[in-house]
Amino acid sequence: MALLDMKDVRGGYGDADILHGVSMTVGEREIVVIVGPNGAGKSTAMKSVFGLLAIRGGHIVFDGEDITAWAPDRIVQRGICYVPQVDNVFREMTVHENFEMGAFLRRGDLSAAYDRVYGLFPDLKAKRKNLAGDLSGGQRQMVAMGRALMLDPKLLLLDEPTAGLSPKYMEQIFQITRDVRDAGVSILLVEQHAKQALAFCDRGYVLATGANRHEGTGQALLADREVAEMFLGG
Amino acid sequence: MSFLEFLNFHLVPGIVLGSVYAVGAIGITLVFGILRFAHFAHGDMATLGAFIALALVTAGLTPWAALPVAMAAVAVVAIVVDKLFYDYLKARPKIMTVMASLGVALMLRAVVQVVFGVDPRTYATGIVRPDDYFGILLRDRELYTLAAVVLIVVGLTLFLRHSRWGKAMRAMSDNPDLARLSGVDNRKVTMLTWAIVGALCAASGFMLGINNELQSMMGWQVLLPMFAAAILGGVGRVEGAVLGGLIVGVAEEMSIFILPAQYKAATAFVLLLLILLVRPRGLLNGKVL
Repeated sequence: MALLDMKDVRGGYGDADILHGVSMTVGEREIVVIVGPNGAGKSTAMKSVFGLLAIRGGHIVFDGEDITAWAPDRIVQRGICYVPQVDNVFREMTVHENFEMGAFLRRGDLSAAYDRVYGLFPDLKAKRKNLAGDLSGGQRQMVAMGRALMLDPKLLLLDEPTAGLSPKYMEQIFQITRDVRDAGVSILLVEQHAKQALAFCDRGYVLATGANRHEGTGQALLADREVAEMFLGG
Repeated sequence: MSFLEFLNFHLVPGIVLGSVYAVGAIGITLVFGILRFAHFAHGDMATLGAFIALALVTAGLTPWAALPVAMAAVAVVAIVVDKLFYDYLKARPKIMTVMASLGVALMLRAVVQVVFGVDPRTYATGIVRPDDYFGILLRDRELYTLAAVVLIVVGLTLFLRHSRWGKAMRAMSDNPDLARLSGVDNRKVTMLTWAIVGALCAASGFMLGINNELQSMMGWQVLLPMFAAAILGGVGRVEGAVLGGLIVGVAEEMSIFILPAQYKAATAFVLLLLILLVRPRGLLNGKVL
């Protein structure tokens, strides 16, 4: 059974629906990417998992439990962490303090969790006392992911982690995403860079106007002519 | 004028006044940074604290023993005021909370005036001669004021830097959405902030009172210099508020070199205008709200 199972989810932020029936699954240790044109509801679909919008239809089942319309803080405790696209670090706090805030809900010994994030992001070890706001865009993205990993989630939601980053950092973030997956975390991410993202993910969903359009493995979607015309300039 | 005269008649009083402003400005900057509004009842909460301490002194406590009790009492008052008034408005535009705090200021002042009257009062009567410390003249109350301010600033800094809830307060000030995503309980941080702010109000009111006299308008009159200090230092920056407080206090005491003494109060206003024109984020790069 899939770790996350979304079925025919409808809803939006206000009264108008943005999602008109989105279904997707994320399996254990799987990287799933959501791509689609602007305004397709990619980020919205991901936020619906995290309880950030009003859901008016469908179900979201996580790890065998129906979490539809749960509040975000409850979802966090259940094992899903979310990394927003912008403003995703505490700029005036140090790298280490950012990780500490990520583990705010966790009591007891955190040394294993620190070892894990510093192991995943060795660059940050030397910068642990620097303010997160002073780091480069790529490193800030690592801090944001590290913060979310401190709670030891089963599923990590990443909202456009490579937005605004140089190609070099984009590769690095994708590599880190794979490392995180290899550490046993499933990942659902939204990507603007469709071609690169489909090439690196396990499976992908193409959304358009708030509904599923295509799905399949990354390679299959890349090979699909209609998908190619949609994004890759034919 | 000799250097010692300058020191004793201008600089030392300026530093004492400035450190009192600093304690008030820290509270203002915390409310600004964490709860994101300008708290106009700050001065009158300070007045209330000063008069609660007076009631305790009348009941037999020494002034400095009354201070911690008054701080605790105003901490409770601040939490209650938040629950009664500000909490209702938290989903509305912030300007409504600002206006509500103006109403709270009038209410608190009215309570002080009804209970204690409108005549000036003092904690202790009689003239205190200053002691001579290598040429620097300091009264005990001034020395204790400086020591208490240092204690408060160091204690608060350590709390914000190292404790779990202090970090939660900083996180809330830094990025409220992310703090909530991390599981920080907004209501607990709000309550804690008001407790600290209330205690700081009482301390600043008490120190104003013990270095001068108590009157029901005293808090309202220092609201402008305290806001000037908070903005000068950079909104949301505790160390900025201390720096700003000292600058405003010293500048007020120095202003008599160029301004008639009755215009002393305008100094803070001029400083506020200047910093907003030249460096609106404040000396230590605070928030823009």
